[in-house]
Amino acid sequence: MKVINKNQFIITYFNLYGVKLVTQSTQEESLLNRYGKTLRTDRWWFEPLLVGIGLFLFIMYSTVSAAILGNYWSYEIGPYLSPFFEPLFYTDVIPKWVSPAIFILWAPLSFRMTCYYYRRAYYRSYFLSPPACAVREPANSYAGESTVPLIVQNIHRFAMYGALIFVPILWNGAIRSFYWEGEIGIGVGSLILTLNAFLLSGYTLGCHSFRHLVGGGLNSFTGSKYQVIRKKVWDMVSSLNAHHKKWAWSSLIIVGFSDLYVHMVAAEWIVDFNTWGSFF
Amino acid sequence: MPIVELKVWRGGDDGEYQTFHVEYDEGEVILDVVHRLQSTQAQDLAVRWNCKAGKCGSCSAEVNGKPSLMCMTRMINFTSGDVIAISPMKTFPLIKDLVTDVAWNYENARKVPHFKPKERDADGKHRMMQIDIERGQEFHQCIECYLCQNVCHVIRDHPENKENFVGPRFFIQMAQVNMHPLESVSQKPDALEGYGLDYCNITKCCTDVCPAGIKITDNAIIPLKERLIDDKFDPLRWLGRKIKIGNSK
Ligand code: SF4
Ligand code: SF4
Ligand code: FES
Ligand code: FES
Repeated sequence: MKVINKNQFIITYFNLYGVKLVTQSTQEESLLNRYGKTLRTDRWWFEPLLVGIGLFLFIMYSTVSAAILGNYWSYEIGPYLSPFFEPLFYTDVIPKWVSPAIFILWAPLSFRMTCYYYRRAYYRSYFLSPPACAVREPANSYAGESTVPLIVQNIHRFAMYGALIFVPILWNGAIRSFYWEGEIGIGVGSLILTLNAFLLSGYTLGCHSFRHLVGGGLNSFTGSKYQVIRKKVWDMVSSLNAHHKKWAWSSLIIVGFSDLYVHMVAAEWIVDFNTWGSFF
Repeated sequence: MPIVELKVWRGGDDGEYQTFHVEYDEGEVILDVVHRLQSTQAQDLAVRWNCKAGKCGSCSAEVNGKPSLMCMTRMINFTSGDVIAISPMKTFPLIKDLVTDVAWNYENARKVPHFKPKERDADGKHRMMQIDIERGQEFHQCIECYLCQNVCHVIRDHPENKENFVGPRFFIQMAQVNMHPLESVSQKPDALEGYGLDYCNITKCCTDVCPAGIKITDNAIIPLKERLIDDKFDPLRWLGRKIKIGNSK
């Protein structure tokens, strides 16, 4: 077996981006002499690589499932509707090749794209800005989120208002999944959709902008009864927020899996264990 | 005693790494080993330290490329024969060996808004509740080691940004003032502008290295960014301020 040398690996990783790691000024050069790209000896490249692959897979999968295949891969079976298509927009006016998911996906998409956690994740993994702490950033200049285009990230709170609407909508889908042809029941699909709604709620309600909205913007929590209540809510949101990264990943993985599960049951690739019997 | 190979930066900008073999004990920290090096092989080695307890913030350096306090980096994490590179902090001008000039931080300390309390109550007193100042008390844990300033890529990799960016250490100071229940600073429209909050891309290295465990990014920078968005980008807030509803801080 050929063993890949770590340095070789790192260089390949950078070269993927066609990035030159050499800088011009002599001051910079002397710093490069002293510190190289990094003096770190641990596996600092592992987390950004894993995160980069994970996000890439999700983006690929959701694009294919929700936007490209759309109506050509059934997303609904029995009481289950894939969360990518919730709420279902369907009229005869829209041609078949237009996926009903694209009418709603922009909302969760813009929410996740501008989320403070995902920003950190893709700035590190894709922009290499920086790839890991104390590892030289390849770009020669940097203005962060102070100029176009990244200044756009400031819309996150508006994306959050949109995402809040989806919390009850997905709970509605989860509750519906316990009811089929006039009969209350339960199936593996109902449990998955409920888990999905739960994780999405934890992710959305732990949002930094939401935390600011409910109480983070206040300087006093004791001025009025209303402020005392806001402090309580702020505390709850803060405890979700402390684990925002975990909520972000678990809800991302489960929403993709819920979609895949519904597709697989609908395509009769697998059988859904439930109290109703077959949906076919 | 087991022995490690230390590669220590010696000299100024045109210096080089020198290799030493130094004995150590499992219970020691890097700073102990550096002191042994200083007393046995390199008497002229320049190194800053004071408390050896992670409280004074003097012994900041980079150990195998990781910004850390030398007095809090344990030798038990290494095994005999390991090579350990010890370098001065990259972001500040080098004076000699492991000692850098951190004056830029003091300039920023003067630059950021300072606490100006509101008017006193009618009886001549200032009143505030514990629950309202808890948030700011997290930031009091700062030991001013400037490791967060050192690791921040905004200035570490782009020194030209030093003029427009005060750095995470001073973002927590701004947060402490801006969130204080008695402050009057945040009422000023430009209270948060011009300090480089928007240069931070929340990649959290400052939080990762902070030896005081302060959640710099989550509890200071992002809340300040949100407050700045209130002032600058949010049309609903702007309207609210015009017709005087919404958040009264
Ligand atoms: S989170 Fe912001 S301030 Fe902290 S190190 Fe990263 S860019 Fe710098
Ligand atoms: S915030 Fe943390 S890392 Fe930064 S100077 Fe203070 S103690 Fe050091
Ligand atoms: S959803 Fe992650 S910060 Fe808002
Ligand atoms: S010597 Fe005081 S913090 Fe290390």
